[in-house]
Amino acid sequence: MKEILNLKNVAVEYDRHGRKVRAVAGVDLTLNSGEILGLVGESGCGKSTLGKAIVGILSPITGEIVFDGQKVKKLTRGKRPDHFRNLQMVFQDPYGSLNPRRKIGMQIADGLIVAGMSKKLALVKAADLLEKVGLPRNAVDRFAHQFSGGQRQRISIARALAAAPTAIIADEPISALDTSSQAQVANLLVNLVDEFDMGMVFISHDLSIVRRISDRVAVMYLGKIVEVGTVDQIWNNPSHPYTRALISAIPHADGTSFMPKDLPGDVPNPMSPPSGCRFHPRCPLAKPECSGNEPELRRLADGRDVSCVLQTAGSQPVTLTLN
Amino acid sequence: MNLLTVENLTVTLATGSGEAQAVRNLSFNVGRGEILGVAGESGSGKTMTALSMLGLLPYKGKASGSIMFDGREILTSTKREYRDIRGKEIAMIFQDPMTSLHPMLTVEVQLTEHLRHHRKVSKAAARNSALELLATVKIPEPAAALSAHPSQFSGGMRQRIAIAMALACEPKLLIADEPTTALDVTVQAGILKLLHQLRTDRNLSVMVITHDLGVLSSLTDRIMIMYAGSEVESGATSDLLKNPRHPYTKGLIAALPGNSEVNSKNLLSIDGMPPELGNFPTGCAFHTRCKFAKASCKETLPEVLNLTSNHRIFCPVNPFSELSNSGSN
Ligand SMILES: Nc1ncnc2c1ncn2[C@@H]1O[C@H](COP(=O)(O)OP(=O)(O)OP(=O)(O)O)[C@@H](O)[C@H]1O
Ligand SMILES: Nc1ncnc2c1ncn2[C@@H]1O[C@H](COP(=O)(O)OP(=O)(O)OP(=O)(O)O)[C@@H](O)[C@H]1O
Ligand code: SF4
Ligand code: SF4
Ligand SMILES: [Mg+2]
Ligand SMILES: [Mg+2]
Repeated sequence: MKEILNLKNVAVEYDRHGRKVRAVAGVDLTLNSGEILGLVGESGCGKSTLGKAIVGILSPITGEIVFDGQKVKKLTRGKRPDHFRNLQMVFQDPYGSLNPRRKIGMQIADGLIVAGMSKKLALVKAADLLEKVGLPRNAVDRFAHQFSGGQRQRISIARALAAAPTAIIADEPISALDTSSQAQVANLLVNLVDEFDMGMVFISHDLSIVRRISDRVAVMYLGKIVEVGTVDQIWNNPSHPYTRALISAIPHADGTSFMPKDLPGDVPNPMSPPSGCRFHPRCPLAKPECSGNEPELRRLADGRDVSCVLQTAGSQPVTLTLN
Repeated sequence: MNLLTVENLTVTLATGSGEAQAVRNLSFNVGRGEILGVAGESGSGKTMTALSMLGLLPYKGKASGSIMFDGREILTSTKREYRDIRGKEIAMIFQDPMTSLHPMLTVEVQLTEHLRHHRKVSKAAARNSALELLATVKIPEPAAALSAHPSQFSGGMRQRIAIAMALACEPKLLIADEPTTALDVTVQAGILKLLHQLRTDRNLSVMVITHDLGVLSSLTDRIMIMYAGSEVESGATSDLLKNPRHPYTKGLIAALPGNSEVNSKNLLSIDGMPPELGNFPTGCAFHTRCKFAKASCKETLPEVLNLTSNHRIFCPVNPFSELSNSGSN
C-alpha cells in the first residue's frame, strides 16, 4: 500500500471582518492508495475547509500537504499542473459548483479537453461517465437547474471522474440521494477505488454509510482530529468522548421510533475556541485539568490515535461509558 | 379535519423536449400536529410536490388538482395570496439552505424583515425574537451571528439559520425538504428533538422530505414513498419500515447500509436506472426494474390496494401478500 497523501500540521484560516477564524487548526493525516478514509465530525468543524486545502483551493497558513511526492501549492488562475489533475474534489454543494449557464456535457468534457482530447470524443466520454453514475446519456445536453438535488450530485461525481484521478476528496457525495441510489453510488465509488487503486477521503454525515465503505475513519472536532482508527475500532470501542457521542446520535431506520441522543451545549465558535481540550465544555467525562491542557493525539496499543486525557499512549483503550 | 388535503395533484414542468409530468395524480393528507415523512427515488417529484403547495414551481411549471389547506382551496391562489400563505401559514426549509437565505444580507436583516413584514412588530421586539430563534436552533453567540452574513457560516449552521427563519412566523405547516442532510448526527438529533417539541408545544404539522429512513423512523408518524411522480406506498411509520409491501419500498429498505451482507463493502441496490422525466415507463412506472412484474404491469396504471385502513400500496400484484402483517416479517 502506497501513501498517496500526507498532511502535516495543516492549519487554515479565514478572515471574518478582520478577525481570524482558524477553521482547521493543525491536522496530521495520511491516505493510502486503494483506501477509503472516512472523515466525520460536527457541521462547521472544518471538513470542507480541509478538503479544499488538500486540493489547493485554499492555502494553509502552516504545515504542508504532499500529494504523490509533490507539495500541493495554491491553485492559480492558469492551467492546473498536470501532476495535480489526478487529485480531484467532489464539492459538497452541487448547486454552487455547477455552472448554471453551460450544458452539463461541456462542464464534464472541460477536464478532458484540457488534457488534450478532441471536443467530440470528450462529449462521448462525458456521456459514458454520466451513464456510469446512473444518469441518462442525453443529460449532456441539459443544464444544472433541470436536475434534482440528487441528480446534480451524480453530475459532480462524473465531472471529478473525468480527470481519471488517483485521489479524490469526496465531500458529501451521496448525501442527497435515496438509499438505493446511495448504495449504487457508494458501490461505484468503492469499485473505482479498487479498480484504479485510488485513495479517497469520504466526507459524510451519514455514519452508517461511512461505516460500511471506509477502511479507516478520522473524527474531527472544531478544526482538529480527535480520533483516527479502523472502522471496527471507532464503532465497537470509541475511545474519545466525542466519537462516543457521535455514535449514539445515529438514528435507527427500524421503525421503532428510537430517539437518537443529541449532544447538549453550544457548538463552539472557531473564532474563540475553548481553552485546553476543545471538547471540554460539552464533554460529559471532562476532568478539572481538561480546561487547562490541550491533549495531543497519541497512539494507543491497538494502533489508533486519540487525543483525550482518559487514554494513555501505548495502552489499550479505556472503554468509555456516558451516563 | 386534516390541515392539508391534496387530491390528484399533477405537476407539469417545461423540459428541453416539451412538457413533462413530474408529479402524477398524487393524493395525500397531513393531520393537525401530524408529522408526515416523504421518501423516494431521487427525482421522483418530492420537491415539486412541496413547491406546488407554496406557489413556487419553477418557470412554466403548472399544478392541477386540489390542495385544501385549513379548509380552503389554495391551488388557485394568486401570487399575492401565495405570498401571504408563505409568510404566515406554510413555511418551508430547503435541501440547500441558501435557497431561503440571501448570501450578502446580515442574518439580522433577514430574520427581522420577515417578522416585521408579516407580524408588524417593532424593531427592538423583532431583534429579541430573532435572538431567541437563533438560540432555539443552537447558533453559538446569537448576538454576534446577527451581524454576520450567511456565507460566513458552514453548511450546517446555515440550515439552522434557515430553520429559525421558517419558524419566525409560527406557521401551521412546516415543509422541510432534506432539513438535516447537511447536518452532523448530533446536531441532527437536536433538530429532530426540536421538531418533535414544536409539534407538541405548538401543534405544528410537519411534512418532512428525506431519503434518510433513520430520520423518518425517529421523527414521523406516517410515511409516503414516491416513485416516478406517484405514491407507491404509504402507512404508519413502524408498519411501513418493518413490513414494507411494495417492491420499490422493499428495495429501498434493503439498500440500507445495515441491511446488506455484513463484511461486504457492497450494498444492495435496485438494478436499473431511475426513470427519466418525460419518459416514464407506461403502466406501473417501476415495471422496468421490478422482479415481480407481470405482463399487465406494463399496460395498466396500478390501482390502489388497501392493506389496512392506514397502509396502502399501488401494486395489484402484491407479491409479499403471503408475509405476515404483524411487522415481525
Ligand atoms: N468563506 C468563509 N469565510 C469565513 N469563515 C468560513 C468560510 N467558510 C467556512 N467558514 C467557517 O469555517 C468553519 C469550518 O467550515 P467548513 O465549511 O469547513 O465546515 P464543515 O465541517 O465542512 O461543515 P459542514 O458539515 O456543515 O459542511 C466554520 O466555522 C465556518 O463558519
Ligand atoms: N426547473 C426544472 N425544469 C425542468 N425539470 C425540472 C426542474 N427542476 C427539477 N426538474 C425535474 O423534475 C423532476 C422532479 O424533481 P424534484 O426536484 O421534485 O425531485 P425530488 O424527488 O425532490 O429529488 P431529490 O430527492 O433528488 O431532491 C426531476 O426529474 C427533475 O430533474
Ligand atoms: S480531554 Fe477531557 S474534556 Fe477532552 S475529551 Fe477527554 S475527558 Fe473530555
Ligand atoms: S405493479 Fe407490477 S411492476 Fe409495479 S411494483 Fe407491482 S408487481 Fe412490480
Ligand atoms: Mg462541509
Ligand atoms: Mg428534492
